[in-house]
Amino acid sequence: MARYVTRRVLFLLLTLLLTSLIIFTVTQYLPGDVARIVLGREAGEEQLQAYREEFGLNDPLPVQYLNWLTNFVNGDWGISYSTRTEIFPLVMERLHNSLMLAALTMFIGVPLAVLLGVIAGLKEDSRWDNLISISSLSVVGLPEFVTGIILIEIFARKLGWFPANSSIEPGSTFMEALPMLVLPAMAATLVLLAYIVRLTRAGVVEELREPYVRTAELKGLSKSSVVFKHVLRNALMPTITIVAISFGWMISGLIVVENVFNYPGVGRLMVFAIDRRDLPLLQALTMVTVLGFALANLLADILYAYLDPRIRLS
Amino acid sequence: MTVTQSSSPANSGVAPGRGRRLLSSFRVLFDRPVTAFGTSIFLLFLFLAVAGPWLAPYGSNEQIYSDARQPPSLAHWFGTDQLGRDVFSRILYGSREVLFEAGLGTLMALFLGMTLGLIAGYRRGWIDELLMRFFDSLLALPALLLALLLLGTIGRSRYSVLIVIVIVYTPIIARVARSVVLSVREKAFVEAAQIQGESSLHIMFREILPSVMPALTVEGALRFSYAIFLVASLGFLGVGVQPPSPNWGLLVSEARPHAAQLPWSLFFPAAAIALVVIGVNLMADGIKRILMGER
Amino acid sequence: MSDSPPVLDITSLTVAYENEDVWQTAVRDLDLRIEAGQTYGLVGESGSGKTTVALAVMRYLGSSGRIVSGSILFNGLDMVALKEEELRGVWGKEIALVPQNPQSALNPSMRVGEQIAEILRRHAGLDRREAMARAEELLCMVRVPDPQRVLHSYTHQISGGMQQRVLIAMALSTEPALLILDEPTTGLDVTTQAAILDLFREITAERQTAVLYVTHNLGVVSALCDRVAVLYAGELVEDARVGELFHFPYHPYTEGLLDSIPQIGQKKTEAILHAIPGQIPPLGERLEVCVFAPRCALAIEECSTQRPDLETAASDHQVRCYRWREISRGEITTHQSAPDLIPVQSPGDGETVLLTEDLKVYYGLRRSLTEMLRRQPGRVVKAVDGVDLTLGKARTLGIVGESGSGKTTLARAVVGLAEKTDGEIQLLDMQLPAGLSSRTLDTLRHVQYVFQNPDDALNPHMTIGQTLQRPFISLLGMSSKEAAGQVSEMLRIVRLPKSYADRYPNQLSGGEKQRVAIARAFATSPDLLIADEPVSALDVSVQASILNLLNDLQNETRNSLILISHDLAVVGYLADQVAVMYLGQIMEISDAARIFEAPMHPYTEALLAAIPTIDPDSAVSHQEPLQGDVPSQIDPPSGCPFHPRCPRDLGDICRTEEPVWQENEFGDRIYCHIPLGELQSVQQMLKEA
Repeated sequence: MARYVTRRVLFLLLTLLLTSLIIFTVTQYLPGDVARIVLGREAGEEQLQAYREEFGLNDPLPVQYLNWLTNFVNGDWGISYSTRTEIFPLVMERLHNSLMLAALTMFIGVPLAVLLGVIAGLKEDSRWDNLISISSLSVVGLPEFVTGIILIEIFARKLGWFPANSSIEPGSTFMEALPMLVLPAMAATLVLLAYIVRLTRAGVVEELREPYVRTAELKGLSKSSVVFKHVLRNALMPTITIVAISFGWMISGLIVVENVFNYPGVGRLMVFAIDRRDLPLLQALTMVTVLGFALANLLADILYAYLDPRIRLS
Repeated sequence: MTVTQSSSPANSGVAPGRGRRLLSSFRVLFDRPVTAFGTSIFLLFLFLAVAGPWLAPYGSNEQIYSDARQPPSLAHWFGTDQLGRDVFSRILYGSREVLFEAGLGTLMALFLGMTLGLIAGYRRGWIDELLMRFFDSLLALPALLLALLLLGTIGRSRYSVLIVIVIVYTPIIARVARSVVLSVREKAFVEAAQIQGESSLHIMFREILPSVMPALTVEGALRFSYAIFLVASLGFLGVGVQPPSPNWGLLVSEARPHAAQLPWSLFFPAAAIALVVIGVNLMADGIKRILMGER
Repeated sequence: MSDSPPVLDITSLTVAYENEDVWQTAVRDLDLRIEAGQTYGLVGESGSGKTTVALAVMRYLGSSGRIVSGSILFNGLDMVALKEEELRGVWGKEIALVPQNPQSALNPSMRVGEQIAEILRRHAGLDRREAMARAEELLCMVRVPDPQRVLHSYTHQISGGMQQRVLIAMALSTEPALLILDEPTTGLDVTTQAAILDLFREITAERQTAVLYVTHNLGVVSALCDRVAVLYAGELVEDARVGELFHFPYHPYTEGLLDSIPQIGQKKTEAILHAIPGQIPPLGERLEVCVFAPRCALAIEECSTQRPDLETAASDHQVRCYRWREISRGEITTHQSAPDLIPVQSPGDGETVLLTEDLKVYYGLRRSLTEMLRRQPGRVVKAVDGVDLTLGKARTLGIVGESGSGKTTLARAVVGLAEKTDGEIQLLDMQLPAGLSSRTLDTLRHVQYVFQNPDDALNPHMTIGQTLQRPFISLLGMSSKEAAGQVSEMLRIVRLPKSYADRYPNQLSGGEKQRVAIARAFATSPDLLIADEPVSALDVSVQASILNLLNDLQNETRNSLILISHDLAVVGYLADQVAVMYLGQIMEISDAARIFEAPMHPYTEALLAAIPTIDPDSAVSHQEPLQGDVPSQIDPPSGCPFHPRCPRDLGDICRTEEPVWQENEFGDRIYCHIPLGELQSVQQMLKEA
């Protein structure tokens, strides 16, 4: 098991390195002259040159890459071109917000999705299954801006239960932000549900077909014993992995939700950065995203390895 | 119950030709009511997309100020927006963009992904490692995010969204293809082909590929629905498309500020997106049940 | 017959399955009675319905199966009328099932002890501690070494043999009145199987358990059962005491089945195997006539018009056939009238087709991080560890061994699918390079391969014709037109109709698919054909026809044949020479005629003793079944690889030194420390005893 974890961690670092390389290279090709963007259109050639010298923009690319990477690791993420402020605190702020939203979404969505998926799987081809499956395929699989807008219309405008706009104040705590988190979390939950219900259901259906289920039943165990002690333990393993990965995904994947609800998360900042060709901000954000995703993956793998005795004890 | 020994023949009689098998499987798409519903919707929109220009009563950007802000009526089935454009016509034109871009992009991603997956899965070794690591890094980013980054790099052009779809979805299709290849390549008939000195190319494309097709088709149908999702989302965010494009997502975002006064200008594009996504999803699920043999 | 009511009383049982909205009868009108303490064999091939019967008795048919009519009385209890709750009271407690494939029948993420304990907690009301203690006792009872360790292990940490013992322990934990065994030893090594059968015998005798033993293996039935019922296509065709059935079968199917199974010592030079032509009719195609009639050599008009009743031929002997009286009197028989002798083959002209010298195939395992850091070389699986072989033209070499013996790897190394690590392979006059990619098309033409599983051996998306064309195109350079012209001929030599060229593999039976695979292998008229378990995946009645086919083709084309199997009888029938492999090395290589009569190597002896023979007269072997399991190939024992399990272990020398090759006057070789003379004299003693 320790061997497995070490391998995965090394793997993670390798992937991160590779990704950082890709990110750096890709963003280099974003059109636009950095110096000019920062200093404005009126800046003279000398000023531009000076700027380039100071910020190492004339250095060969590999050097620039190494500099950037070292800085990044040290927490110096540079200064945003557009806001002229330090990137690190800005990104951290947004990260905090995104994590809150992600947490709430998981809190509502995961137990619900797993429950529905398990019911659908246990009652394969029954009326319940059909209802759950079709719903998760159709209604719930809609783009977030559609569901988001519908949610706003119903719960904010018509019923007035929640605010239509979720731009929370910087530095809000979870409890302060909660009322404004509910609707975006619901929109995000729907997307999550579509995915997790389908997967859980498939996992359960498949597991029920395994020979050991027959052995367990023919031992005379009660139906609930068979389901809870035998089947679910195995059936839910892939689900756990997916849940972990989804969390990582949600850090920056909720772009549309954040847009529809005006929520200040990582996703919105990303769009902002792309729009303004804000290179350093973009690089930092992408790295954070990938790091989050990779960590989530790692967690998922470790969890899975821990839960599956075949891997844990090899 | 497991039977260890090979059992008697399934049926006798000559197998129908490949063409006829394809047709009969197409018919099965209408088997279950749910799948039939989904397929019908998809076909309907496909028809609308193809016949759009001829069916549309007005131009996609035709602005008739006198008719602006009208609720649905006989003259304008879906009403008009704030600039006097006929919503129905815009939706028809928009269907072309959504379906063709998403569809074409998915098809291209299928071809590319299938080829790369075949090569990686069959040849293994360094090319497999390289491709998979590369794809892993791409897959680390949420699709929309990757799309935004790419669009930022490529810039806006006629084909940028198409290229983005291909880049975003090829990795996962390649993974699916590769995983099927990994299991098929161990089978005796592949080894038999190797013993007969068949070239790698023959083995990959004539021996292994047919076994990969079912999984690819299912994945392709699913990716298609995600691609539609993506194109609409990009439109909504205003990235990669700009007014006056009739992209449904863009229609929705344009209609948002006027939602209170002109609810139909928001409702119909949103409903169109919803219907197509649902339809394609149901159809994809039906395809999955047929090809993956669920009981 | 005892006076107490039978433990299991099945009357007129009919079971059907739903297939695409149509109900098809799988078992028709079955009668069966099992008394306490009786072991009843239920024998049949695939499609016979035997597993269906077992599941029906337990009322575990699933939603697609249904008991259409008939009654199942278990100790007087009407099983058919029970509701699910009541069934759960019976399952595991009164009736227990021991399934096939122990690995998949156990929960992979639950400890073994827990899986045993839960039965006791459920049915015997024990608490956790008591249940675990009892579980340990049970493991001792089934002779599991180190029960404490096994209790705390997970399924994947114990061997197949041990997994099956665990399942047996679970089944017996509540002392059920009826034990149902569904092919419990299929998939286990022969030596492991022998030990398990031994265990059954002992345990069921003690407790007077009624046992229903479902299997396709007649040898096992003979060794273990008191009575046997033969099932064909869902119908009971014969039912008698074991001795009676094997000596005096009254039904043509039983006769044919017994004839088609090669026995140890039966040789191809003496007579061909009598295969039963045709195949079992699939569900839904079975009419209200004698279900065996289409394949029966003795069928008369009545057989195809009306279904015969089950008649009592003698006390305790029932048969469903119109002509059983004639058969019992010996007037007619399914045996061919005159034995068809194969023309004795000339022993080839001494030309050597295959020569291997010190052939080794090692697989390196990926080094772990610690191993890499400590600069340790990675561990290695020694699949084939130094094999010398010679094979002459038109001769057949049989290779036998259990799992981990390396026989398949050896074959794959010769043909190129596995890369040899060391040693030489010489085919005709060519030195063969390690991998397929380094071999020329010319080389490939001379050696071809037949795989074990016919379902996997043919591309499901290509027609038979297309599959058969390929070797002509790729190895012989023909155009597709020319190749297409060859297809009919190839189908003819494997006795398949020309029309099959347009069919897809899923329209063919297992036996037919294997014929196609053989045809494909013969396309280039190879000098050497390697057949890896060519009949293991086929029904017993079909195996004979494939073996005959291989023999016929060899006579025609004079190719050399390497036949690999775990089934010694099959190998013994076709082979001229037999090599016995263990852990990657050959233990004995002798003339086929002699190796079974007078095995010299202790391992060969053990293998032969472990095979349950059909001859019920032969006394149960006095030899203790081999203990332990086949060790792993990663860490083979030092010295002689067999020494940990060898009943004739000489002590230190066997552990420290590798054995030497000893040859007798006939050219048979063994790999053992025990002097040849001693082994031969032991043989003599046993024969005279």
